[in-house]
Amino acid sequence: MSDRERDEHSGVETTGHEWDGIKELDTPLPRWWLWTFYGCIAFAIGYWILMPAWPGLTGYTHGLLGKSDRAQVSQELAKLQAQRGAGLVKLKTASLQQIEADPELQAYALQVGQSVFADNCAGCHGAGGTGAKGYPNLRDDVWLWGGSLDDIQKTISVGVRSGNPHARGETVMPSFGRDGMLTEAQISDLTEYVVALSHRKADAAAVDRARQTFADQCSACHGPAGTGDVARGIPNLTDADWLYGSGRETIHDQIWNGRNGVMPTWEARFSPETVKALAVYVHANAGGDVSSPRRVEAKPEAQAGR
Amino acid sequence: MTQLAAPREGASFDAVALYIFTGVAAFLSLLATAFTPDPLFRAQGYMLLAAFVVAFAAMSLALASGKLRSDPTRYADGVIRAGVIATMFWAIVGLSVGVLIASQLSWPSTFYFPDLPWLNFGRLRPVHTSGVIFAFGGNALICTSFWVVQRTCKARLAGGVWPWFVFWGYQLFIVLAASGYVMGITQSREYAEPEWYVDLWLTIVWVAYLLVFLGTIWKRKEPHIYVANWFYLAFIVTIALLHLVNNAAVPVGLLETKSYSAFSGVQDALIQWWYGHNAVGFFLTAGFLGMMYYFVPKRVERPVYSYRLSIVHFWSLIFIYIWAGPHHLHYTALPQWAQTLGMTFSVMLWMPSWGGMINGLMTLSGAWDKLRTDPVVRMMVAAIAFYGMSTFEGPLMSIRTVNALSHYTDWTIGHVHSGALGWVGFISFGAVYCLVPWLWKKDRLYSNALVEWHFWIATTGLLLYIAAMWVSGISEGLMWREYTPQGYLANAFVETVAAKHVENIIRTIGGLMYLGGAVIMSYNLWRTIRLPSTAKAEPEAAVTPAPLLAAAE
Repeated sequence: MSDRERDEHSGVETTGHEWDGIKELDTPLPRWWLWTFYGCIAFAIGYWILMPAWPGLTGYTHGLLGKSDRAQVSQELAKLQAQRGAGLVKLKTASLQQIEADPELQAYALQVGQSVFADNCAGCHGAGGTGAKGYPNLRDDVWLWGGSLDDIQKTISVGVRSGNPHARGETVMPSFGRDGMLTEAQISDLTEYVVALSHRKADAAAVDRARQTFADQCSACHGPAGTGDVARGIPNLTDADWLYGSGRETIHDQIWNGRNGVMPTWEARFSPETVKALAVYVHANAGGDVSSPRRVEAKPEAQAGR
Repeated sequence: MTQLAAPREGASFDAVALYIFTGVAAFLSLLATAFTPDPLFRAQGYMLLAAFVVAFAAMSLALASGKLRSDPTRYADGVIRAGVIATMFWAIVGLSVGVLIASQLSWPSTFYFPDLPWLNFGRLRPVHTSGVIFAFGGNALICTSFWVVQRTCKARLAGGVWPWFVFWGYQLFIVLAASGYVMGITQSREYAEPEWYVDLWLTIVWVAYLLVFLGTIWKRKEPHIYVANWFYLAFIVTIALLHLVNNAAVPVGLLETKSYSAFSGVQDALIQWWYGHNAVGFFLTAGFLGMMYYFVPKRVERPVYSYRLSIVHFWSLIFIYIWAGPHHLHYTALPQWAQTLGMTFSVMLWMPSWGGMINGLMTLSGAWDKLRTDPVVRMMVAAIAFYGMSTFEGPLMSIRTVNALSHYTDWTIGHVHSGALGWVGFISFGAVYCLVPWLWKKDRLYSNALVEWHFWIATTGLLLYIAAMWVSGISEGLMWREYTPQGYLANAFVETVAAKHVENIIRTIGGLMYLGGAVIMSYNLWRTIRLPSTAKAEPEAAVTPAPLLAAAE
């Protein structure tokens, strides 16, 4: 080109074009750039030769190293199962009580239980097992379905209203308000009655009015004194622990709607040894040796809320 | 309708065509709004109806008064001025939503609004991503491309009033998309969340954009096409292709919001990431490289470093980028051979990407002193540096073994933001700082000191953001893969979330600083626009047409 000028600063020729005052230098490609680019291409070609890479009509090139993600995943899973199995086999023959009595076995079960709990149970029961509204606290002495090692093992295995044929929770609480079984006035009175059951100040007139309703509608499950029934998962209404909260509004809501909690069945997902380890962990986490639920007198923070 | 029947003498064809188009569109949106059984579709229908009725009324007035004729001897700058304002407006909106959702991650119980579903993280997150990528970035690309293509072709924008259609049509797309997200309308495709009818609308707008851009190049008075225009054109054409394929879907009904993808399973995932990665490649890389290739040499008044490098890196970038998407699906159901191709093409992409960095930085050769004296140059050079860093980090993270650690962690978020805040944000801010005095005929910005403040606050915020995400991403990745000696996962997911609380707070502070910089910039630009004008700011187009529709629409 005839009109190529030379840039004063760099001494390089321009291409002779100009757009809105912008010119271009005709600098050759930087060598290091070009060779690094070639290097990356060479790496790619090498990788294609060694690894699964290019598709064809009926398959793909498998590569000289014969690597396969699928094979690798199977190997790693098998290795993991072997690693777990080596420890779990010790739990196989021991009973829950034997595991708890043997410090070495118990320590092992606790470690397994902690990991499994954190990955599978903490989502509902909270990171430390302290529960949330509608999800029982597993660190206190109050148990809906019993707090013995065997009770806990069974609850984990079959779940609550989980669809498992042996699931716990055949008894359900009716929706007294929503289904029109009781009037709004009756439910308001019952709410006061339930508040009074847990030794709190309540409207005496309302409590009197509700006495007969409670006897007719509630005592069949919750018992004449409102103390519940662990065998059927019926909550004790006289203690200071509340699954959904202790406030009047929440109690009213529960009588009106009759919510019934659900917990999945885990026996299809965990081996029996894992369930054992989990039961030992939950049991120990709640403070250990409680074969039947003790009644705990008013704990100030004991609403199920947080 | 009298104007339509007898358009004023001299009303140009393009204006009448657009007039009829808005009228028909208003009528169709009326029908759709009236007959839909879907309340969400009706809400969106009202927005369409309002937009088209206002546009139709404005065009009636403008046609009646004999405006809307374009003077071929002058550049069309009104639409660019509107684009600059929209760019800054959406920057503030998009960045603010980003700070809000970062706060939700930092303080999940304080910024949790169970009674206000439209403030849910899941709905706001696409408002943030679309807001900064498509609203801020897209407006910046459209308005700078309109400036660059006119100046480097020495030709007025083609299509008469249709550039205004591109501008307002694109704003309508943004409003429909964002309002849909907060109402819960989404097709759940990352960076392509808008539903089918919004996608169709964007297709119309985008085709108009392509035609305006191509038409301007077609009537250019320069023998050659400048490199910036190659990049802009690659961006427009490829985004059209990606958009059409990725959004192929079957709506439940013609008056319903919901649609189902034409693909399923792993094919659907691969199409999604072929789109997703090339949105990065052709929207956030090629488009903004076009911006760099004009504004950097223009501002530092030096020739582009290497014409040959620009050719080689342009074509290698275009050819290689389109293959890299599968690296988003490492160790998934995607066949391993496809993962290999995604990874190796990403590694080969390293140097083509860096070609742009070399050309940008070396263009300063002979003018390095401007780094010290001109904060706008410093901002653009910082943008190129962040571009270089994130285009090195990208290939690195695409390597399968690195990806095994980095994938799904905050490291990815940090990587995206070093590209988005560092490269896309800073190069756009630099271009807008250049454009505002040129467009509004001022000989300088209101305050260079405020640009300095913007640069340092935003850069500090950006570095805090990236560093926090590296730390939290790597620690999170290491926690996820840690096993106990018994062979069980050592950390529950929620523990890994709790572990990055401090990094999340640092990220929020960094984002807030970046937003603060943009607010300072907006103030500075507003004061610049209010400075007394100087007629000699841009000699080639001493008098440019008034923004014809700016007031009306």
